[in-house]
Amino acid sequence: MTPLMMCATQPASPATKTMFSRILTSALFAGAAAGLIAALLQLVFVQPVLLHAELYESGELVHFGGGYVSAHPELPGPFAEPMRDALSVVFSMLTYTGYALVLVALMSLAERQGHEVNARTGILWGLAGFVTFHFAPGLSLAPEVPGVAAAEIGARQIWWTATVAAAGIAMWLIAFGGNVASYVIAAILLMAPHLIGAPEPDSFAGPVPTEIGALFAARAFGVGMAAWVLVGSFAGYFWQSEGKHASVTA
Amino acid sequence: MTTKTLKASAAGSTYLSALFAVVLGFGIITVAGHVQASALHDAAHDVRHATGFPCH
Repeated sequence: MTPLMMCATQPASPATKTMFSRILTSALFAGAAAGLIAALLQLVFVQPVLLHAELYESGELVHFGGGYVSAHPELPGPFAEPMRDALSVVFSMLTYTGYALVLVALMSLAERQGHEVNARTGILWGLAGFVTFHFAPGLSLAPEVPGVAAAEIGARQIWWTATVAAAGIAMWLIAFGGNVASYVIAAILLMAPHLIGAPEPDSFAGPVPTEIGALFAARAFGVGMAAWVLVGSFAGYFWQSEGKHASVTA
Repeated sequence: MTTKTLKASAAGSTYLSALFAVVLGFGIITVAGHVQASALHDAAHDVRHATGFPCH
């Protein structure tokens, strides 16, 4: 009995190391690759909208100021600010590596329960991740263009975190629950944060035209979905290939 | 007994490894997306907006 207990609880057993390094390696590859692509998509599709909004945030352009304001001002071209863009690439890769670590860890548990994990099923994992981390919180706290009026940051971060947690559990229940009760609980978990309500500003003071704000939110969701599908698929792929690699070398 | 031991060990290592990875993942997401220290906020600014994190 004693060897069983020791094996089950010893934290640094060789099996743990192998399993952890398989998760870590898969997540690093998947997160770095998807994060890099996400950053490039962001720089091409989201950054111009963000820079346009910043002209209103800084007061350089004024909406409803009485005069004519062109919807197509001179904007710095893509990659015009190398340092700023490089930091975006670094933080995008970092963020998606964080997502990938969570994703691959959950994939390892699902595989243990007999579910197939590969590049193809990874696409569904990615979509579930997108709903969890982007779409569910974004449904009430829409991706913010710079300069919008918003409630206090701490309250929004708490609501964001709680909503992501609820949506994550809901996605797991929808994928693996397999009975009516789990679907009902998932639906409640998905709706509850929005019925309770996200923290809202006391008054609207955003200087940015609504057209830019709407385009920004739509682009942020689109790029987010593309990047999540990629991180899911990459995570499934690397999880498989790292598994094969481990079983060959073991 | 041996099979049982191996199985228990594999299960334990899966859960423990998954737990480590989830904690590490959320740590990274928190640093990249939420921490308000100004240098970090400025560096991650565009990504936070584009990724839908509450930023300011």
